[in-house]
Amino acid sequence: MTARLWSIAVAFGVSVLGSVCFAAACAVHAGPQLEGLSLFVALGALGLGIILWARFAVPQEQAVDVRDDYPSSGDDRRGAGAALQHGADELDRHGFLTKFLLAAFGTLGVAALFPLRSLGPRFGKGLYHTKWTRGARLVRADGTPVLAADLAVGSILTVFPAGYVDDASSQTLLLRLPPGVLHVSPQRRSWSPQGYVAFSKVCTHAGCPVGLYRASMYQLLCPCHQSVFDVAHAAQPISGPAARALPQLPLQIADDGHLQAQSDYTEPIGPGFWQRS
Amino acid sequence: MIRRLALALDDRLGTAHFMRKALRKAFPDHWSFMLGEIALYCFVVLLATGVYLGFFFDASSQPLTYNGSYLSLHGIQMSAAYASVLRLSLDTRAGLLLRQIHHWAALVFLAAITVHMCRIFFTGAFRRPRELNWIIGLVLLILALGAGFTGYSLPDDLLSGTGLRIAYSVLISVPFVGTDLAFLFFGGAFPATETIGRLFFAHVLILPALIAAAMTLHLGIIWRQKHTQFRGPGRTENNVVGSPLWPNYAMKSAGLLFAVAAIVTALGAFFQINPIWLYGPYDPANVSAPAQPDWYIGWLEGALRLGPSWDWQIFNHTVPAPFFAGVLLPFVFFSLLFVWPFLERRITHDGEPHQLLDHPSDTPWRTGVGAAVLTFAIVLTFAGSDGVQAKIVGISVEMLASLYRIMLPVLPAVVGLLSFELARELRARRDALPGTDARIVISRADSGGFVGQPEEHRERRP
Repeated sequence: MTARLWSIAVAFGVSVLGSVCFAAACAVHAGPQLEGLSLFVALGALGLGIILWARFAVPQEQAVDVRDDYPSSGDDRRGAGAALQHGADELDRHGFLTKFLLAAFGTLGVAALFPLRSLGPRFGKGLYHTKWTRGARLVRADGTPVLAADLAVGSILTVFPAGYVDDASSQTLLLRLPPGVLHVSPQRRSWSPQGYVAFSKVCTHAGCPVGLYRASMYQLLCPCHQSVFDVAHAAQPISGPAARALPQLPLQIADDGHLQAQSDYTEPIGPGFWQRS
Repeated sequence: MIRRLALALDDRLGTAHFMRKALRKAFPDHWSFMLGEIALYCFVVLLATGVYLGFFFDASSQPLTYNGSYLSLHGIQMSAAYASVLRLSLDTRAGLLLRQIHHWAALVFLAAITVHMCRIFFTGAFRRPRELNWIIGLVLLILALGAGFTGYSLPDDLLSGTGLRIAYSVLISVPFVGTDLAFLFFGGAFPATETIGRLFFAHVLILPALIAAAMTLHLGIIWRQKHTQFRGPGRTENNVVGSPLWPNYAMKSAGLLFAVAAIVTALGAFFQINPIWLYGPYDPANVSAPAQPDWYIGWLEGALRLGPSWDWQIFNHTVPAPFFAGVLLPFVFFSLLFVWPFLERRITHDGEPHQLLDHPSDTPWRTGVGAAVLTFAIVLTFAGSDGVQAKIVGISVEMLASLYRIMLPVLPAVVGLLSFELARELRARRDALPGTDARIVISRADSGGFVGQPEEHRERRP
């Protein structure tokens, strides 16, 4: 045997060895690197062997195909056309039946869509409301309530309405700003007691949690598409693809010092949708 | 042995007539014809690894408290789906290896499809009679994107959940039907408990079945129409020159199958991908920065990042920003691709069948348009990871995004024009050298002596 043939045999031999090692690696839970290395050797040597065989031990032939499969001969085309026309003519003799046939098909098709209705609930008022209600306490992710004395000026916290921790649409950012930073519109004057201000954490662009805070500039940043919101100016978008401000949650401080919501958000939170007015 | 089997088959099915021709079928040897094969073999690897992973994956969002072998997540609340991916990654024989091979194979699958499509485009292989296969190929690309995204979303880790959140937001942005469609697909408002089961079903049955069906059609049509080929000695519009199927091409192709499998195995073995135990389970109030999708979603991610901050109010209804970048742009993009063969025919008035391929320099304007569109997609893809780049370069994300917004129209225009000019230059130079292009066939003339004739008349469009 020539050296080339031997090299092919060696490749297949190495592949056998690789497969054995792979089996052994799996048997002892050897981890992805050893399992992968042995499988790589098994597959790679096998592929190499076959390619070497194809190159060195098979005569390099050239085949020439003539393209004569299509189009068919004129005879065939005419024949097929005539057969088609013949059938169509037969059906056409009772042409009005085709209308009934189409009606039956169409109705069946439309009727088949109706069960799909059960795939999801009807679009209701769900996207308009969150779990925030009048008097709902602000709690942390671990369920502990937030007191007005808890947050240092300049800090930020993710809060939920009490009883609905981890509710995706109710997630809210609570910030405490130094006096004089916040520019409040007259309607929202009562929404931010003692420098506390709360905004929906759901980005108004594509719904990611607005998780980054540039404390020095009072800017909230969405890590998904880099929309930037200006906390000092009602969380208006100042950069990136978001077009709407983060909705603000009206806050109040209860007599016992607990932070509470005055009401639900006054507009739908999160990304826009067709029905949103 | 093989002979006896073939005879037995012919006794029962009369296969010899077909086999006689089929076994000598010619497959052109040009390297670029391997790209589609690589995609096919990635799909084979995906099926093989996916079947194994399917045994261990639990498509359920049932919450549970983790107490498995990965101590860092002990006591953490997570979905059964996420826990099952942890188990299959960390406690299952070859589980992590096969999961990583599966993920890498998906990335290579999409890459091979994309490059294959570029080959088809820039050589004009989509022209009559192959328009139908161009369309099926595009359908395959879309199905593959869907399969990739649904697979990426299954583990229910922080990253995949964020991707789903964005997909949901894009879907509800569609006018009229968006919210209803989203509720039907996701099983309710996001995050819904039904979603993972739906994704799993789509990922392991609906999409692979459709891909397999479309691939069968794709290959069946190629088989029937025969391959295109580049111009060369002995190659005409009426023949195909290449390796015979049996044994040359069959051997080479089988070798390629194992080579592809070996390469994605090496990637899966040595290059960690999607280490979901580091990301943690999905929590709607959390996101990891930087959050990056797989590469083939990058252009959509980039479009969402660079997209206009429009929020159109129309008669008490809203058309929000993600609609323009996330729905309209891909719709226009794919529509353009779908109609391209017919559009080009309109422009060139060339409805003739073409079996010989163009060199990209043969058709400068097509090459220019293709290069421009490709550049557009590449700029978007890079913009899709501008957060990471900004961190590396050390400038603000806002500045980098503005830079990309400028590059988005400028770069495609520049690259498109350059490619156009380059192709024209190449064509002009080649035309200036007669005899290197068309071969002259010398034959005996009837009157005695010799005559030289171009081997094949070559029409060229003005």
